Amino acid sequence: MIINFLFAAIKAGTPLLFGTTGEIMTEKSGNLNLGVEGMMFMGAFMGFFVGFHTGSLPLALLAAFIIGNFAALIYAFLTVTMMANQNVTGLTLTIFGIGFAKFFGEIMIRKAGGSPKLSPEFMITISEKPIPVLGEIPVIGKLIFSHNPLVYLSVLVAVICSIYIMKTRAGLNMRAVGENPAAADAAGIKVTRIKYLHIMLGGGICGLGGAYLSLINGGGVWNNSSVVNGQGWISVALVIFASWSPMKAIFGSLVFGAFSVLQFYAPKDIIHIPNAFYVMLPFLITTFVLIFASMRKSKTGSQPAGCGINYFREER
Amino acid sequence: MSSQSLSTKKEPFIRIIKKTEISVGKTIVLSLLALLAAIIAGGIFILAIGQNPFEIYTTIVKGAWRSSMATKGTIKIAIPLLIAALGITPAFQMKFWNIGAEGQIIMGGIFATYFALFFDHLPHGLLLVIMFVAGMVGGGLWGLIPAYFKTRFGTNETLFTLMLNYIALYMIKFFIEGPWRDPASSGFPKIATFTKNARLDQIFGVHAGWLIGLVLVVVLFIYLTFTKQGYEISVVGESVNTARYAGMNVKKIIMRTMFISGAICGIAGMTQVTGAAYTLGEGVAGGVGFTAITVAWLSKLNPLFILVVTLLFSMLEKGCSVMQSTFGLSSAVSGILQGIILFFILGFDFFTRYRFVFRKER
Repeated sequence: MIINFLFAAIKAGTPLLFGTTGEIMTEKSGNLNLGVEGMMFMGAFMGFFVGFHTGSLPLALLAAFIIGNFAALIYAFLTVTMMANQNVTGLTLTIFGIGFAKFFGEIMIRKAGGSPKLSPEFMITISEKPIPVLGEIPVIGKLIFSHNPLVYLSVLVAVICSIYIMKTRAGLNMRAVGENPAAADAAGIKVTRIKYLHIMLGGGICGLGGAYLSLINGGGVWNNSSVVNGQGWISVALVIFASWSPMKAIFGSLVFGAFSVLQFYAPKDIIHIPNAFYVMLPFLITTFVLIFASMRKSKTGSQPAGCGINYFREER
Repeated sequence: MSSQSLSTKKEPFIRIIKKTEISVGKTIVLSLLALLAAIIAGGIFILAIGQNPFEIYTTIVKGAWRSSMATKGTIKIAIPLLIAALGITPAFQMKFWNIGAEGQIIMGGIFATYFALFFDHLPHGLLLVIMFVAGMVGGGLWGLIPAYFKTRFGTNETLFTLMLNYIALYMIKFFIEGPWRDPASSGFPKIATFTKNARLDQIFGVHAGWLIGLVLVVVLFIYLTFTKQGYEISVVGESVNTARYAGMNVKKIIMRTMFISGAICGIAGMTQVTGAAYTLGEGVAGGVGFTAITVAWLSKLNPLFILVVTLLFSMLEKGCSVMQSTFGLSSAVSGILQGIILFFILGFDFFTRYRFVFRKER
């Protein structure tokens, strides 16, 4: 029972981990992109569309990644080059992305004559299967080594991003841009290039999260109305919960994933809590995390100082 | 002199500098240019999916106004959008990034619903006034919470208001599944439909929300432009330090303004439950709070422009749903077109604030 619960939690947390890691990359370079929901929607559509037509998982993921790049490029151009308001641009990207996915999704449905289904071979590639040897370990084997391939990919991406941010020179430069772009500029760091790069990278990772939702959570069938359904916004919340660290996001996505499936596993006859509170809990906790972080006024584990403010070189 | 020639050599070919004041006329011209560019870009998109842009555009515009039914539908879409966009305005003018209109609309709806459900024996006029005030208080309190923590601890308001949206949304779910569940409905849990007594009256065939919206346009315009409090808002938005130096109580101004901002959004929630849906559902805000932010921003936070932009957006939404039935294209195209228009106006806005300076030849 508990193993099943945790297993479901990991599964539910994976798309959040993609979205959160993507948004962390974006915010660390000093841009708050509220378009995660839209980018995930676009990734969900492209991933499914390419997966449906080619039957290849790598191609589907690549397509989702590239459409995420493209969506983030619009955002980067408007906020970095044209210095538009970041909040409004992000929200616009969400409106645009949802419209994009639903519009082309409907065309796809019409062309397929009914809900498009992924081929059985494709379903086997993305199915849950135990890793040889490791998967046979009791408890842990089922819990950690028996997932679909995208779960491992999400953890891998988060770990790589974490190492990149904390241990490499490029990551250091990016953090400098996020904290204080004027100082970074003075030190000879190419602020504009770094912002573009990481916003687009972040968008691509968010796109992967969308692909997870349409390929795995959708059960192989494209559903126009409820593909992403707020997961992008939860990812934005999770960034706060994970205090801008991809490693903590791995744990955080597990917690949020657990909350989202808790109502199906909680012993209802012992604990009487309305279902609504289970789903509300992640947001309540995030709010408290946000408040406590601001009360402590600590520099580590809070939003990068330059986040949300456009950098205008002539005005430093 | 040698150092100067060195510096001119290093000067980039194009530089960007900030403009000082720009006239309202020029702003409008630039916005119209942006809109034109967006319409062309949207047209190219329509062409790319194999349709005739002129036909599609005329269908959208005609579809929104073709009959009195359609016109009423368009106005019904416009009402919550207009009121919520007006609500966003004072907060954004203060550079307080209130992303929480969605939640404030919901709380306004919840508070108003309480009185609609349990006090519907009161006289009609009195009940509606109470619901109106309740909606304002609900939305206002929901706006006050992040304002308090912002002034007390400097808590980031963008993220805070974003979280409150979801807490509010699941509160509706709680009331629907729990204490306010209609015992008469056997299937899906829902809240009982309001009795006639608790419904907002219609004026010219559309619920009176439109009148409330128009009155709010005028009131907010006067409040922001001609009152002391409105002036204080713009000073705080321009520079907190200036406001402090001038002896203003910045904390009080932020909290007051956020209460007002949330309260107006709460009115939008109240009109939705009592005028449009006659009940409280999870879709009471339905993304209006987010669209309202883009509307308010496009309108340069000017209440009069907000009215115009709201009508444009509602027309798009209604027109696209008509287009869906004539052309068989998904009405989701309205999201794409809205997005394109917004992208272009956001981009063109650059030219109202900055200008290019080319390197002078020597």
